[in-house]
Amino acid sequence: MNRALGPMAAIVWKDLRLEARSRDLLVSVIFFGLLLVVVFSFAIKPTPEMAEELAPGILWVAFAFAATLAMNRSFIREQEQGGLDGLLLSPVSRDAIFLAKAATSFLFMLVVEAALLPVYAVLLQFSAFSFTLVLTIVLATLGFALIGTLFSALAAQTRSREIMLPVLFFPIVLPVIIAAVEVSTRAIGGETLFGAGRWLPLIAVFDALFLVICPWLFSVVVEE
Amino acid sequence: MNVLNFRTIFGAVAGLLMAANLYLIFAVAPTDAAQGEVARVLYLHVPVAIMSFLAFFFVFVGSVMYLIKRDLRWDSLAHSAGEVGVVFISVALLTGMIWARPVWNTWWTWEPRLTTTLVLWLIYVAYLMVRSFAPNRSRAGVYAAVVGIIGFVDVPIVYFAVEWWGSLLHPEQVLGPLAETGSLDRTVSMVLLVSSVAFLLFLGHMVMLRMSLRDIDDELARIRFGLRRMGRPPAGEGAA
Repeated sequence: MNRALGPMAAIVWKDLRLEARSRDLLVSVIFFGLLLVVVFSFAIKPTPEMAEELAPGILWVAFAFAATLAMNRSFIREQEQGGLDGLLLSPVSRDAIFLAKAATSFLFMLVVEAALLPVYAVLLQFSAFSFTLVLTIVLATLGFALIGTLFSALAAQTRSREIMLPVLFFPIVLPVIIAAVEVSTRAIGGETLFGAGRWLPLIAVFDALFLVICPWLFSVVVEE
Repeated sequence: MNVLNFRTIFGAVAGLLMAANLYLIFAVAPTDAAQGEVARVLYLHVPVAIMSFLAFFFVFVGSVMYLIKRDLRWDSLAHSAGEVGVVFISVALLTGMIWARPVWNTWWTWEPRLTTTLVLWLIYVAYLMVRSFAPNRSRAGVYAAVVGIIGFVDVPIVYFAVEWWGSLLHPEQVLGPLAETGSLDRTVSMVLLVSSVAFLLFLGHMVMLRMSLRDIDDELARIRFGLRRMGRPPAGEGAA
């Protein structure tokens, strides 16, 4: 186990450093997230009373779209420079590569969401200071990262790869989006953790299930 | 050629049973007291929906076995069951809408079972898309298998999420583990059972036909490849 952690940390560190130096993706994804909430506001024209009802939905649609945008790049960038071949040739197990890539996407999305959440809270007029909401974001983002990383690796090797990721990603993560919206509605409404009921366990089950399956399927996707 | 092979006999049995099934549906089954003739769509809608789930189970089995054994016949099973399953689930969605319009007074409602079916439809259409966007045949099989496995594992989660999210409009379950015994008239349940068996055979026959179509496609590709290597471009591709 420990032998896998070192290389994993190295891959995560490499990706994060790459991102920290260029900041291309971080800036564009956060900006995209801002655009989404502005477009939603014009499309729906929320009044203050409506805002609380609509905010969870807008929040999660925006997070999910931002996630596909970010994760599309995660493997396309590796492929353009032949970096993926290098990773695969290195004496690291495929599981470790997958988990490292998923961890990078997870951390990246958490940074994006941490930047967007306060802005959304102001624009959509809800209170973001809720432990339940933060926990939901962490759990749901983990699910997004696992599915998104696997499908990103797959989509990067198909034709029309930019469209393939969202086409595969959204139907599969739909239960996570449903659950996250349900918990967020309750969290914004001031309910405690126990008021969220069975929705958080549902996301946790989703995460656990795909944490087991995705590494195996990833090794299948990148073989050749 | 041997005309009386297994597939022909199977197809003939399926066809005869389907004809008998139609007779039962329109002549024997009682007209629903409340809904009238439109309720007969039940005998199409329910079996087709169940058989599409069965087809997706075949996709899952074929996908797992293909990834383990790397035998293209398993990929062929998954591929064929996927295509037939998408047709079946589309029919289930359409007949559901036709039924919902007079009975629930709406074409569509975001009700749990409808929503689950729609999500399944999306997953398996994406499954077929992955197949056609892959760089080559062997990769197509692998990528599709990945989606086939993820999609099937996702189904119960989708089901629970949607079930808790929506309200219940469908009547109590008439088939399956949660069925209430005695909720249906005996003639109705008999016809429904016959119809289910008829559609099961129909599904099996369609999947077998699709698998042999894939074999023929492969054969054709081999012949074309061989002709081109011999310097004789196949007809329809123009002389060099």
